[in-house]
Amino acid sequence: MSLRRALLTSRRILEQLGHDPRTLALLLFVPTALVGLLAWSLTNDPGAFDLVGPKLLGVFPLIVMFLVTSVITLRERTVGTLERLFTLPLTKADFVAGYAIAFGVLALAQSVLVSVLSYTWYGLAHQGVPWRVSLVALCAGLLGTAFGLALSAVAHTEFQAVQFMPAFILPQLLLCGLVIPVSQLPSVLRAIADVLPMTAAVHAISPLQTNAYYVGQFAIMLTYILIALVVGGATLRRVTK
Amino acid sequence: MDSSDQTTFEVSNLRVVRNGNEILKSISFQAVPGELIGLLGPSGSGKSTLMRSLLGVQAITGGSARIMESAAGSSTLRGRLGYMAQSAAVYLDLTVEENIRYFAGVLVQPPSEVARVMDVVALTTFSRRLVSSLSGGEQARVSLGVALLGSPPVLILDEPTVGLDPILRRDLWRTFDGLAKTGVTVIVSSHVMDEAARCARLLLLRDGTLLFDGTPASLLAASKATSYDDAFERLIEGE
Repeated sequence: MSLRRALLTSRRILEQLGHDPRTLALLLFVPTALVGLLAWSLTNDPGAFDLVGPKLLGVFPLIVMFLVTSVITLRERTVGTLERLFTLPLTKADFVAGYAIAFGVLALAQSVLVSVLSYTWYGLAHQGVPWRVSLVALCAGLLGTAFGLALSAVAHTEFQAVQFMPAFILPQLLLCGLVIPVSQLPSVLRAIADVLPMTAAVHAISPLQTNAYYVGQFAIMLTYILIALVVGGATLRRVTK
Repeated sequence: MDSSDQTTFEVSNLRVVRNGNEILKSISFQAVPGELIGLLGPSGSGKSTLMRSLLGVQAITGGSARIMESAAGSSTLRGRLGYMAQSAAVYLDLTVEENIRYFAGVLVQPPSEVARVMDVVALTTFSRRLVSSLSGGEQARVSLGVALLGSPPVLILDEPTVGLDPILRRDLWRTFDGLAKTGVTVIVSSHVMDEAARCARLLLLRDGTLLFDGTPASLLAASKATSYDDAFERLIEGE
């Protein structure tokens, strides 16, 4: 892999987003606004936002990054730029790393923004450590990016890419502990939920756990990120059959 | 290219079958440095598939395609084949300069190459315009500019003159001719038979079969036709 070509690719993606203020706003401000809306709606229920808010910090970045990455990558496949790139000395690893770095930077900006606003303006009083909450938000954004890259191979149109969201994200949303605590799920569903990346994101934010517990949850997320990036790279084909 | 006896393309019994359809049927031809080859034929005749096979992005079912002594698709060829696809295949949400700068970076070309290429395709005045705001012909020129980066010894151009006005088309053909004279092997596809006269050599394709391989003059002589359209029709009738 060439770090130089990966960074060139990241810069190009960031330049593309720089020319598209709506997508940039979707990436940076929608999760922030949604968490703010939740905080506002729970004003009359003291403590409720402290319970639910941090979990959403691990969920929203994953959803938003998944959507944007899958559509942008799919566009790269369908308009012919990917084919052109593959006639040049750019490897799949350069390409995937370029996307991961670019969206990683955005995920970081998004996580910092949403965390800072949550702990200040929205009045989040969470027992967890703020930097860990931000780190979870960053991992969640990277997870969304990696899954978006991988799943863009299955979709043929941007409409199909968007359709994958309910199939891929909603089951995780239902099982991650946001609606019902994972411990109260039927045993089979609990076993499944325990190894899902979104559950790991929510668990990693929960307070008063041991260090080993947090390391375990981050390990789950990082494993999924790596697997999805490798799968995403494998689905990029230099040659059409 | 420094050796005129070196073969640029060596295509032998090339077959491509896609989704059960035979797109190319045993195509064979050779080309040497400095040739300006027109790949002509109606839409769906297999021109783009042949070009993509030469580039190595289309899987080959049978036969072989070697470019500059390497198998098509070989990693040693990456960056040595300038390619322009039928679609613009550039980033519509980047400016002209950002596009060319990115591809130049991938090819490890100096900043001066970005300026040179924009000058060749006459896009310097549009350098800060988003590609999405350009006309189809201007977008095609951006795509051609990317293909010219690094002065590759081989240019594979898929319908580069579609949608261009006659003056621009004439200028582009002059550019292709000039590049061929410097030793670049240029293969240009078109479904417009009138463009045959601009090529030094013609490959006529129909339904995946190579009907003719020769000079424009020999095509007219062999078919006893007065126009290239007529010549093509007579070739089909005589099949």
